[in-house]
Amino acid sequence: MEKVKISVTVNGQTHHSEVEPRLLLVHYLREHLGLTGTHVGCDTSQCGACTVHVDGQAVKSCTMFAVQADGCQITTIEGLAADGKLHPVQEGFWEMHGLQCGFCTPGMIMAVVDLLNQNPNPSEAEIRHALEGNLCRCTGYHNIIKAVQYAAQKMAKAGMTAAAD
Amino acid sequence: MAEKFFGKAMKRVEDPRFITGSGNYTDDMVLPGMVHVAMVRSPYAHARIKKIDPSKALAMPGVLAVITGQEMIEAGIKSIPTGWLHPGIKTPPHYAITPDKARHVGDIVAAVVAETRQLAEDAAQMVEVEYEPLPAVALGSDALKPGAPAVHDDIPDNICFTWSIGDKAATDAAFEKAYKTVRLNLRNNRLVPNAMEPRSSLAQYHHASGEFTLYTTSQNPHIHRLIIAAFVMGIPEHKLRVIAPDVGGGFGSKIYQYPEEIIVLYASKKLNRPVKWTARRSESFAMDSHGRDHETVAEMAVDKDGKILAVRVETIANMGAYLTTFAPAVPTYLYGCLLAGPYTTPHIYCHVTAPFTHTTPVDAYRGAGRPEATYLLERLVDVAAQELGMDPVELRRRNLIPPEAFPYQTPVALVYDSGNYEAALNRALEMVDYAALRKQQEEWRKQGRYMGIGVVTYIEACGLAPSALVGSLGAQAGQWESALVRVMPTGKVEVFTGTHSHGQGHETAFAQVVADELQIPVEDVVLVHGDTGRMPYGWGSYGSRSAPTGLSAIVLAARKIVDKAKRIAAHLLEAAPEDIVHEDGKFMVRGVPEKAKTFFDIALQAHLAHNYPADLEPGLEATHFYDPKNFVYPFGTHIAVVEVDPDTGKVKLLRYLSVDDCGPVINPLIAEGQVHGGIAQGLGQALLEEAVYDKEGQFLSANLLEYALPRADDMVQIEHDHTVTPCPHNPLGVKGIGEAGTIASTAAVANAVMDALRPFGIKHLDMPYTPEKVWRAIHGSRLAQAAD
Repeated sequence: MEKVKISVTVNGQTHHSEVEPRLLLVHYLREHLGLTGTHVGCDTSQCGACTVHVDGQAVKSCTMFAVQADGCQITTIEGLAADGKLHPVQEGFWEMHGLQCGFCTPGMIMAVVDLLNQNPNPSEAEIRHALEGNLCRCTGYHNIIKAVQYAAQKMAKAGMTAAAD
Repeated sequence: MAEKFFGKAMKRVEDPRFITGSGNYTDDMVLPGMVHVAMVRSPYAHARIKKIDPSKALAMPGVLAVITGQEMIEAGIKSIPTGWLHPGIKTPPHYAITPDKARHVGDIVAAVVAETRQLAEDAAQMVEVEYEPLPAVALGSDALKPGAPAVHDDIPDNICFTWSIGDKAATDAAFEKAYKTVRLNLRNNRLVPNAMEPRSSLAQYHHASGEFTLYTTSQNPHIHRLIIAAFVMGIPEHKLRVIAPDVGGGFGSKIYQYPEEIIVLYASKKLNRPVKWTARRSESFAMDSHGRDHETVAEMAVDKDGKILAVRVETIANMGAYLTTFAPAVPTYLYGCLLAGPYTTPHIYCHVTAPFTHTTPVDAYRGAGRPEATYLLERLVDVAAQELGMDPVELRRRNLIPPEAFPYQTPVALVYDSGNYEAALNRALEMVDYAALRKQQEEWRKQGRYMGIGVVTYIEACGLAPSALVGSLGAQAGQWESALVRVMPTGKVEVFTGTHSHGQGHETAFAQVVADELQIPVEDVVLVHGDTGRMPYGWGSYGSRSAPTGLSAIVLAARKIVDKAKRIAAHLLEAAPEDIVHEDGKFMVRGVPEKAKTFFDIALQAHLAHNYPADLEPGLEATHFYDPKNFVYPFGTHIAVVEVDPDTGKVKLLRYLSVDDCGPVINPLIAEGQVHGGIAQGLGQALLEEAVYDKEGQFLSANLLEYALPRADDMVQIEHDHTVTPCPHNPLGVKGIGEAGTIASTAAVANAVMDALRPFGIKHLDMPYTPEKVWRAIHGSRLAQAAD
């Protein structure tokens, strides 16, 4: 299959690659760039384990081709902690036991960061609604809700609005 | 005082790698020269394989091999065995790649190896398989009908086994003279486990040594090594190393020996290249062993005071097309033996018929048999209470086994070691304010709002398992657990366990316990698991066994370390060993606190051995193999409160609360997390999940587009408390908590929904309570009322 040249900036570093047009962004991140923190949990865009930020917005990276990311700024879970300091959402998941097996966690965290960027003080119902696209099979979502609330408070206190992007 | 860690809600040491994307799951691994395999899977539930033409696939550049079942059999690869045998059980062959017929949708017909995954998947499409489609059967009761298509040619009646427990004559007699009897026809819906990480296996063959390494998504790497080495591939056991790295959830589905692991190992040797396979989610649906799938007639006999006189159960348990590792144990010993529940029922009889069908194999899924038992029992209790005009809580209370009755021999084999069921029930009723809630329900009904309250009192038997007992029942494996505690010269400690953590937080909780035993900082302890090359033998994690069985082995190994350390200290302090006390993180002469050695001093001397007891071996490590004396018996009460919207049929969860008793809680954060997740999975069965096959065995809910899992807004924040009744026969008194939530919550939600539907005269609906099903039931009954 003919390959296409793309330039994609991931976690601040620009990569020039040649990829098949059918290559999904998630496979580009995992297989070409070795960024395996972004996971693949399904084949129908139901689970959200592959959620990353494309130009500052949460996107399931299985729903777009790598070629569509040409020229885009992408943040993955690996790029979220700035200078080795955990993002408040990462901290919230740790503090509140918002994860068990950890497989949905990177996608879940990226979705939550996007939620809090858009809605810094969400109600419980708003959090539940915003996480509709991310499946977790371990936690029953109970502690994920608490992790989001923890992060929202922490970000409000720190005067943080938009975070890593 | 040395800091105590038992009981502390410590943050998990696992988490930094997971929250930063640094976990190491099987599919994350890349080995030099690695190639990929894709499976050619049957689109038919039942078909004869007439011809396989791989030529077009092999002609594609980068395609390395097309492997068939015939080829693997000729190479000496054997059938995959099951791990549990009943008298008279039929165990038909289960080849990694089926050589003759496909027996369920997704059965592997060929495997294609290529340089990339994309290429392997493309080439799999180019393998031309000529099938002769054959009639198929999907429902267990259909498979038992005369003339039903046979799944295996030499088992024309499709019966894998029949099994029974209890005194039939006494049970029948109790029904004869009962004041009232109730009867339910129940379908326990088939479920797909859906751990979030799809299964994955990566095999590497080291041709110079003849050794294999298999990285795989496993809850029990030693079981895989044993089955593969001894039964399937004939690899000498010491030349197969099985590593289960970070594993993204299991819930039972990653216990079993699956075909794909055999295929990657075979291909890695054939091609002398590392070979990886990772499931697509739709492959997980077709291949990961499913759960539940019972058709049951359940009956209960009661006297006029609400005392349960007898329970009688007839179940058809669908085994699917092949027997996977634990399958025969699930609808038998993990089910029939649980039918006393927490009640004093004197007579119980259970008979099970287990047919093969043209469907994905069915095996243990979170709770495994115990949720099925709890569901039917708790539905029967509610229906019996309704028949007697009694509050369902009152009927439960009149039948609970009282605390003074333990140890309690049930009529279905188990001896419950301990329990205080009414205390948990009372606490749950107090938390929910049951009387007020019933009053509110009455008021809502007047307003046309339909609230339902579902109460469940449950027990479970877990902590698998006393080896001699399960051996006598048909287990082909021991169920003890091992531990190795190794102290390094600097006093840091490695703990090796045969259990496996795939979300349960063992690295944190087990370290807390070891730190207490050795009186050292928790950060000085690291847990090692999931690698047959590093640990002593072990049987893995399932059946809520890791804390009661695995951790008991660790504790007893740690106590051996303390005993030896005392002898070393005695030598160094010139005292008698019996005069050494271990307090405050030090080994000191009793009554002479200034004469003391630290753990570090002892560890160093044990390794230098310069000044050392002549009769003692150097080094400081201990192994312990722990075989439990009995199961452990967690219990509790769960209450679900729902509202049903009669206009849409939608069930909304309003409140959920649980009071569970798993004995002393090591880490409340982790234990409660297990309860939350278990409850969500049980709620999934009640409201959302169902693996649906059509009559011909086509799998209609074969991916996440067609199969609904609980999402964030299906759940509420769970109200939780616990009581503490220690297990009397293990060193910490701990009981399992991994499955309790699932065991109780399906029945609690089911009872709540049926309670909400009472005003419509609806006695029973099968799960899942989808809006359509509930709406049709309500409007059917309204139409019937109108017609009257």
